[in-house]
Amino acid sequence: MCPAVGMAISCHIPGITLPLVGRAREGVLTQENMTEPVLTLSGISKSFPGVRALHDVALELYPGEVTALIGENGAGKSTLVKILTGIYRPDAGEIHVRGEPVSLPTAHAAFEKGITAIHQETVLFDELTVAENVFLGHAPRTRFKLIDWKKMRAEAQSLLDSMGAELRADTRLKELGIAKKHLVGLARALSVEADVVIMDEPTAALSQKEIEDLYVLVELLKEEGKAILFISHKFDEIYRVADRFTVFRDGEMVGKGMIKETAQDEIVRMMVGRSVDHIFPKVKAEIGEVVLSVEGLSHPTEFADISFALRRGEILGFYGLVGAGRTEVMQALFGITRPSGGSITIDGREIAPRSAADAVAAGIVYVPEERGKQGVVIGLPIFQNVSLPSLKRTSTSSVLQLAQEFALARTYTERLDLRAASLSQDVGTLSGGNQQKVVIAKWLATNPRVIILDEPTKGIDIGSKAAVHAFMSELVGQGLCVIMVSSELPEVMGMSDRVVVMREGRIAGVFDNKGLDPVTLVETAAGIRSQAA
Amino acid sequence: MTDAAETTHRHIPDRLDNPIKSAVLSWETLLVLVAVVIFILNSLASPYFLNAWSLSDLTFNFTEKAVIALAMALLITSGEIDLSVAAIIALASTLMGMAVQWGVPTPGLVAIGIGVGLACGAFNGALVTGLKLPSIVVTIGTMSLFRGISYAILGDRAYGGYPSDFSFVGQGYVWWVISFELVLFVFAAVLFWFALHRTNFGRQIFAIGNNAVAAQFSGVRVARIKFVLFCLTGLMSGIAAVMLTARLGSTRPSIAQGWELEVITMVVLGGVNILGGAGSITGVVLAALIMGLVTFGLGLLNVPGIVMSIFIGGLLITVIALPILYRMWRERRA
Amino acid sequence: MIRLLKQREVMLLAIIAIIVALVTTRSAGFGRPGNLTAIFNDTAVLMMLACGQLVVILTRSIDLSLASNLALTGMIAAMVNAAMPGIPVEVLILGCIVVGGLLGMFNGLLVWKLNIPPIVVTLGTLTIYRGTVFLVSGGTWVNAVEMSDRFKSFTRAEFLSLPMLSWIAILVIALFALMMLRTPLGRAFYATGINPTAATYAGIDVGKTKFIAFTLAGMVAGLAGYLWVSRYVIASVDVARGLELQVVAACVIGGVSIAGGIGTVGGAVLGALFLGVINNALPVIGVSPFWQMAISGAAIITAVIFNARGERRGGRIILKTAEAG
Repeated sequence: MCPAVGMAISCHIPGITLPLVGRAREGVLTQENMTEPVLTLSGISKSFPGVRALHDVALELYPGEVTALIGENGAGKSTLVKILTGIYRPDAGEIHVRGEPVSLPTAHAAFEKGITAIHQETVLFDELTVAENVFLGHAPRTRFKLIDWKKMRAEAQSLLDSMGAELRADTRLKELGIAKKHLVGLARALSVEADVVIMDEPTAALSQKEIEDLYVLVELLKEEGKAILFISHKFDEIYRVADRFTVFRDGEMVGKGMIKETAQDEIVRMMVGRSVDHIFPKVKAEIGEVVLSVEGLSHPTEFADISFALRRGEILGFYGLVGAGRTEVMQALFGITRPSGGSITIDGREIAPRSAADAVAAGIVYVPEERGKQGVVIGLPIFQNVSLPSLKRTSTSSVLQLAQEFALARTYTERLDLRAASLSQDVGTLSGGNQQKVVIAKWLATNPRVIILDEPTKGIDIGSKAAVHAFMSELVGQGLCVIMVSSELPEVMGMSDRVVVMREGRIAGVFDNKGLDPVTLVETAAGIRSQAA
Repeated sequence: MTDAAETTHRHIPDRLDNPIKSAVLSWETLLVLVAVVIFILNSLASPYFLNAWSLSDLTFNFTEKAVIALAMALLITSGEIDLSVAAIIALASTLMGMAVQWGVPTPGLVAIGIGVGLACGAFNGALVTGLKLPSIVVTIGTMSLFRGISYAILGDRAYGGYPSDFSFVGQGYVWWVISFELVLFVFAAVLFWFALHRTNFGRQIFAIGNNAVAAQFSGVRVARIKFVLFCLTGLMSGIAAVMLTARLGSTRPSIAQGWELEVITMVVLGGVNILGGAGSITGVVLAALIMGLVTFGLGLLNVPGIVMSIFIGGLLITVIALPILYRMWRERRA
Repeated sequence: MIRLLKQREVMLLAIIAIIVALVTTRSAGFGRPGNLTAIFNDTAVLMMLACGQLVVILTRSIDLSLASNLALTGMIAAMVNAAMPGIPVEVLILGCIVVGGLLGMFNGLLVWKLNIPPIVVTLGTLTIYRGTVFLVSGGTWVNAVEMSDRFKSFTRAEFLSLPMLSWIAILVIALFALMMLRTPLGRAFYATGINPTAATYAGIDVGKTKFIAFTLAGMVAGLAGYLWVSRYVIASVDVARGLELQVVAACVIGGVSIAGGIGTVGGAVLGALFLGVINNALPVIGVSPFWQMAISGAAIITAVIFNARGERRGGRIILKTAEAG
């Protein structure tokens, strides 16, 4: 096997304890008394057409304690959150709140049982004020049962102040950044009489300082005796805030315990299982001449001064925190966002794509992160999704030729080992991984020069993940070049030839993936270290 | 978990479902059944119905609206809508009437009617795709604007005096009972059927209607296609204006009042998803025929037009609600 | 956004004031309080309906059947009055609100329970309700002679030199404003329109909220049914034909976003008032009233362009410098 495989496994472990090494444990107060759990789940199962999201899982949450729910993307964490918040109903299993069996048929029922959640995507109301976002549904009322705006504003303000959030209660939510919106979500959780607070990847888009503030708030919630379910796949923060943990893998519960009694590598092993060797089958390809070069690409608000070159046979990783501007740069290369300056040159020819169609014609294709929204056209069958950008080639003078479309779709989907009953099946009935294969097949059929993959394995099962990775290696082996945007450190380390790190819309560093320390990447992305250039 | 490593590729069949079975269970089949039932009811209800000339008269009931419905079907399939079609007829007809006063001959009149339609469609399209405005409000606005210009020009007067050869477009027969309008409609229907179901253009319309963003990300020039569709809808409205004006022989600003709703009903009844992404020209043609049959049959029974509209409205809601109710009933049993 | 919406209201008010001022320079009588209250009275029904439509549009729906609802309830009220003049008008009004509400509920049920797009539902009921007017009346008119005196005079009775019709409109507008600003239901309409997913998470039943919106709009249309028939002393199939789009136009001009979640009672009312002032001003300045439609069309298009500029949600701003600047 190639050396990159060993690399990929080992980088889990040094990556874990950073960047908060040394002070990871000090805030943790474990209460090993025999308190009854506030919330108990047992035997919960949930399936969707073609996907088993959860199978016979159990979970307990204790008052005044933080339980970390750990698992890779697609392990079933989000489904569990949706069951707890009354969005999905489980196919089987029981939910007990304070020993009483309950059902949570609606979001309102969950709310009334004292369960509240802060979500991955800040699901709040852009057009309303902060105060209203905090109190929607349980606003203070006057004697006449009318909403008491004055009191609401005052209460929201004092709540925000007590959290140390520098926010004004009468600001419109849409004027706030993501981190601030998170704080509003937290304030909302604090404002209700909730016993259970679910925090679904609350630090995903936060800066280091904001994360520190968040930890203080978690302590506050604990002191108030709330049971907290903390979902994350960052080990440093799990060790920082959690008391207990539960690990999910592929929809099943594979382990639980007390954080301070369990070593990190043990949790890692539970999380990834045995299949870790098969994830990154990177084969080194011959690196050739420069295919794509980008010089000083800028945008008024999203990114500035982006310059890099991409060579034949190369996989260029783009690493950074969520919201660092990587997707925006890629969409500029793909003609979706219009840059304000700089140049894009492909095969020595300068291009200015004004639409995706232009970019495709120039040989640049983009596999988006938002697969369901931007990748596949749900509602159309698989073969039509594949042929969509290639219709000119599969038709004769603009008249459809189904036989040619099927042939084209077959060639590329079978090469990617697509699992589907037929090519006429609606692409929406496929699992995430197979949808991703359809998107890739669609682009391969256009004979591209550069293929951009934005978080290519986010939310897909391990089998499809391996297929996507294997295929990336195959592509560069055939002389294509690949840009891979990824926030998964092991993936970046395992697949890239070079890594560009972005931070706040600018390139913070470019690294050769030879003896590269993952710590360097994490610290560069977080702004703790700047590249000595 | 490691089965991805298998090297043998599985064969994926082109399609699984039996095309005959899916054709039998299709929306179009249901429409054919409805049409047959109404046809039988009509012939039972009135002795005057089963007669070549009656049946020919029947076609005049729907051809003009149906001509617009063809283009509207494409537009709604792409996820947009145009409420200004009837107002476009009014404006086109008014300007044709004006041209008559200046002595413009028939070919010129036809060109003006079609040209005005196309221009109005392009105006709608530019507002929707250029300024990225919601088509429903834009066309509520242009609906007032276009018809308003007609009113401003005509007030409570009317234009008439169309040349006699002009009337052929709306009243003439090509052969025996086959009217020019009917031939025009059949020709247009074949053309639109081909465009939607057999060309790249049609495929891209379906893609846009299902997910405009993903279509754009797949290299489809979404704005351009939507613009063309608005132009087409305007163009067909212009053609309908020529047909209607020629048939009536006069123009009032209230001409074709309320047609936009009838055209949309036709399209939705024809199985086009009002939210975009699905639809068929065959369905729209059948829906046009059904609406023609219902209005004509009720007319034979001396049922006033306003009561017919109850049938049409009821048909619209029932035809959409029934499959949903059936599905809910089946899910409840399962 | 609150600033922008306020701006919209101030702007509309200013435009209305400018129009009134300009027209008054041409014809001194136009700006007299008496004439202004007459315009207000003229626009009363449109303003009320705009409030009802506002609530529906806020929840990402649309109700095209309001004018047909008005015609149907108006006809029923007139026929009941003609047949049984003894029934007090107050009872008739309550009856109208109930009938209108039921018609609205029918729309709402189809949208809520069967998930049929609102535009399809109300396109259907638009023709059904209108046709039913013919069915119940047999195609005949109810005219002034058949209506009782109290039925006709109720809306005309003046109090503080404003007719009852205007007072009822003011009351309805005030109630809607109170509901939108100070009750959880009012806020639920906004929440449903801004972000239905988040609204669900916040414990709001999105479908039911839409149902309530349609019911409320129907109740207003029902009330307007009586008011219309009483004011114009005629009930026929053709009453208020085409008004449904004027109502939508009033909302759009008032800054209500057709995409839901944005809009105020003040905006909708001013939008209606703008149309009312235009309608009344045209004949005064010697422009043929036939220009009315074209002008309101142009106003709608202008307003939509304005709305879109205000609504455009700012993308994420990543660059620190840009955020500061």
